[in-house]
Amino acid sequence: MSKTYVQSAIQIASQLKNRQLTVKAVVSQVLDRIRIGEPRIKAYLDIFNDEALAAADQVDRLYDKGDPLPPLAGIPIAIKDNICMKGKKTTCASKILENFVSPYDATVIKKLAAHHLIPVGKTNMDEFAMGSSTENSAFFPTRNPWDESCVPGGSSGGSAAAVAAGEAILSIGSDTGGSIRQPASFCGLVGMKPTYGRVSRFGLVAFASSLDQIGPITRTVEDSAHLLNAICGYDSLDATSSDQAIPDFAASLNNPIQGRKVGVPRHLFDLIENAAIKESLVNALDVLKSDGVTWEFVDINAFDYAVATYYIVAPAEASANLSRFDGVRYGHRAQGVENLAQMYKQTRGQGFGPEVKRRIILGTYALSSGYYEAYYLKAQKARTLVKEEFNHLFAKYDAIVTPTTPTLPFKFGEHANNPLAMYLSDISTIPINLAGLPAISVPCGFSEGLPMGLQLIGKPYDESTLLNIAHQYQSQTNHHLTFPSQLEALYGV
Amino acid sequence: MAFEVVIGLEVHAQLKTKSKAFCACSNRFGAEPNTNVCPVCLGLPGALPVLNEQVVQMAIKAGLALNSQIQHRSVFARKNYFYPDLPKGYQISQFDLPIVLGGHLDITVDDESRRIGITRIHIEEDAGKLVHQGADAIAGSDYSIVDLNRASVPLIEIVSEPDIRSAKEARIYMETLKLILEFLDVCDGNLDEGSLRADANISLRPVGTTAFGTRTEVKNLNSFRSIERAILSEIERQTEVLNSGGRIIQQTRHYDDATQTTRPLRSKEQSHDYRYFPEPDLPPLVVTDAQIQAIRDVLPELPGAKIDRYQSESGLSEFEAVVLTADQDINAYFEHCLSLSLSVSARDFAKWVVGDLMSLVKEHKQDFSQTKVTPSYLGALLGLVNAGKLSGKMAKEVLATVFKTGEDPKSVIKKSGATQVSDPSALRTIIDQVLEKNPDVLGKIRSGKTNSADFVIGQVMRETRGQANPDVVRSLLTEIVESAA
Repeated sequence: MSKTYVQSAIQIASQLKNRQLTVKAVVSQVLDRIRIGEPRIKAYLDIFNDEALAAADQVDRLYDKGDPLPPLAGIPIAIKDNICMKGKKTTCASKILENFVSPYDATVIKKLAAHHLIPVGKTNMDEFAMGSSTENSAFFPTRNPWDESCVPGGSSGGSAAAVAAGEAILSIGSDTGGSIRQPASFCGLVGMKPTYGRVSRFGLVAFASSLDQIGPITRTVEDSAHLLNAICGYDSLDATSSDQAIPDFAASLNNPIQGRKVGVPRHLFDLIENAAIKESLVNALDVLKSDGVTWEFVDINAFDYAVATYYIVAPAEASANLSRFDGVRYGHRAQGVENLAQMYKQTRGQGFGPEVKRRIILGTYALSSGYYEAYYLKAQKARTLVKEEFNHLFAKYDAIVTPTTPTLPFKFGEHANNPLAMYLSDISTIPINLAGLPAISVPCGFSEGLPMGLQLIGKPYDESTLLNIAHQYQSQTNHHLTFPSQLEALYGV
Repeated sequence: MAFEVVIGLEVHAQLKTKSKAFCACSNRFGAEPNTNVCPVCLGLPGALPVLNEQVVQMAIKAGLALNSQIQHRSVFARKNYFYPDLPKGYQISQFDLPIVLGGHLDITVDDESRRIGITRIHIEEDAGKLVHQGADAIAGSDYSIVDLNRASVPLIEIVSEPDIRSAKEARIYMETLKLILEFLDVCDGNLDEGSLRADANISLRPVGTTAFGTRTEVKNLNSFRSIERAILSEIERQTEVLNSGGRIIQQTRHYDDATQTTRPLRSKEQSHDYRYFPEPDLPPLVVTDAQIQAIRDVLPELPGAKIDRYQSESGLSEFEAVVLTADQDINAYFEHCLSLSLSVSARDFAKWVVGDLMSLVKEHKQDFSQTKVTPSYLGALLGLVNAGKLSGKMAKEVLATVFKTGEDPKSVIKKSGATQVSDPSALRTIIDQVLEKNPDVLGKIRSGKTNSADFVIGQVMRETRGQANPDVVRSLLTEIVESAA
């Protein structure tokens, strides 16, 4: 059988439909890839071997009956381990939830099931989605399939690495400050953060509630459009989910982009030191230009103060969101304690890793009496300015374009002793979460054998325009068709 | 030195919603521990709160009844602290932007009206319940078990201005508030089950001064008696401290009903930093004028207005009017009576409900929602009295029987043969028999001895086993006395 894992989900689905391929064959091949690849890549925290095969049989029967099925029926998908699945461990890559089994399904999981996608496992991540390298997993780091000495990005590093290594066809991540887009960029994939409120957060273990958003990680923009179609929509269980009308995101992919206008943040461009990344951006703009898109540099202040703002808002919310991990009802509880205060301190002291503790302390401090006005309140004001600035820009531009990351995928341990440098690696992606906007990262080239990503930022609820431009870009480029071929040699495939 | 007492009350009222504040779990007291729970109120990872619309309506109702301004935009906030009965590690509450601001509650103290200002009303969720084994508190206990049925039950916190001037006023304020919340059907007012709880902020200042003294907050006031006693005890304590030249320390104190004293819980320095911040899982709560008006339109008549109406329209005494609005059960019973549109007047109903029926209800430790004497039965009984078919005395006996058995009063009367005899010819025969047996009685009556007439009537009643209509007997006797003269 051909290597289905290098194909897009939509390509595979068309072969499932005409029965050239069975779901079982596709799932089996992915499970084989997992078996071969996992000892090196370590993308997964849990693998659903038997359930995936059983589900494959069921979907095959549906295909055999010839009933019309949703576009992604039978496609294997990997789920980030901060999304609750009934009867499955949901660890958030944290010791404190090491043995926590969720008694309920996240809304996204229900939607995937309704679309007959087949979950093959739960993927590794930075603990509670706090990090940009997946090194903060309490269990093990995940390796970048393009270069095993490099990080896959984070926090959805496992979800990105799984797709890049052919250990899943699609995956689901979550993005609080770039956690879908940055690992997608580092792993040569498409990653989309939808507009805040587009996808229900019910069942997503909260990091920063006002910033978190679930989204797809895929090989192609077309797959992302279909996966977004499957998971988006108002949810009565999430008061922050939006009831905005939902277009068919796949329907407008082939619209002409002639006459579209994009802005490129000048200061951010100047800040980037890596020449290859700058060059890849210019090349991408040239491709778009050939389709009739015009671009110009624009001054955007948000990129200068968004990281500082984010590191008040996100830890503040996290400090409250993570209070429920107290050892009382579920998860780890310290043994041998003598009183309640000790139980709390030791449970949380043992259960949380250093980055999580750092952010809880930061957030607690920012909300403390006497500091609230200077930090939290000021950050909220700055956040309003970020939103307003982007709103103004969208009066003029259809999208803002940046490199997804300021650097190439970095080495393990490179930022281990410098959290600030790690935080700054999200400079392009963070403002988008503060403003609640949709953004997509698409592969735009390679340097030193490592992938680079192009980020397109859109107006609220206008994912269609981003997907349209990104798809047109992919139809003229082949970066996304490149597979980390050194893997095949290593695996002896 | 003479001191003026300054008290403000914070009253927590559990709302009578069908489901909890932020999830679909049943809001029912008394279920098996940890059965009314779901991922949301258990604070499971990934669960999110969604506001129960009924909570908003009830908070607005309370605000309208307390003459407050309903805010068009209010914001939920997280109040952060760790405790095993608080599943999320924060309580969803409202902080700087509550749903209701301002207002007042008029109370009557020693026949005088007093207006107590309302500062605010905000919505919040309750915590669960801890049961400690081996001690009264978590400290010192062998272990504690947690029941989260109550977690996320909706509350409103009603904060008064420091306008209350005595322990008695505080109790009456609380009683009046309870009654209003019951009439609004937003709270069942059950202090024993904790549906209504109060904390009191208490300070003293020299009479004639206006600056507030240092206050203490007294917690655990869960009965009307304990509210009054706790405040009295705290006033006494503060007076002693001040009179002996000491200073009041700002602190939270716990009231112990067994010893009737308060003891310090924590000082201001030890007070929690709750790190309030806007709840990011819930958008700001927006209420339109139309929504407020719709609730105003269906606001029920409140006890104060009812007391006025019963007196001016129905001719009830003030006493009757107050008693008939003193709790929701008796009022519902009385209103049901009035709705029957029988020939029985409101005054007659009031007389019997406040009188004989209430005695029976109290004697048997029931309330008016439980009595077997339905309003229709009472109406039927009083109808017979009005028609002269039943004497008042007989009616009382029938009422007692109906109260016990729940039988239809008409069948009770039929069984006992207890209809009143008003037929003049039948009664005349009996009167003649009595006069024959007591030959000297007519003379005594004629000489002006009225108790001799009463004696004859009494004998007739005895002969008829109380069934004779005494009015008819009296007029027949008068006829006889006058005709023979």
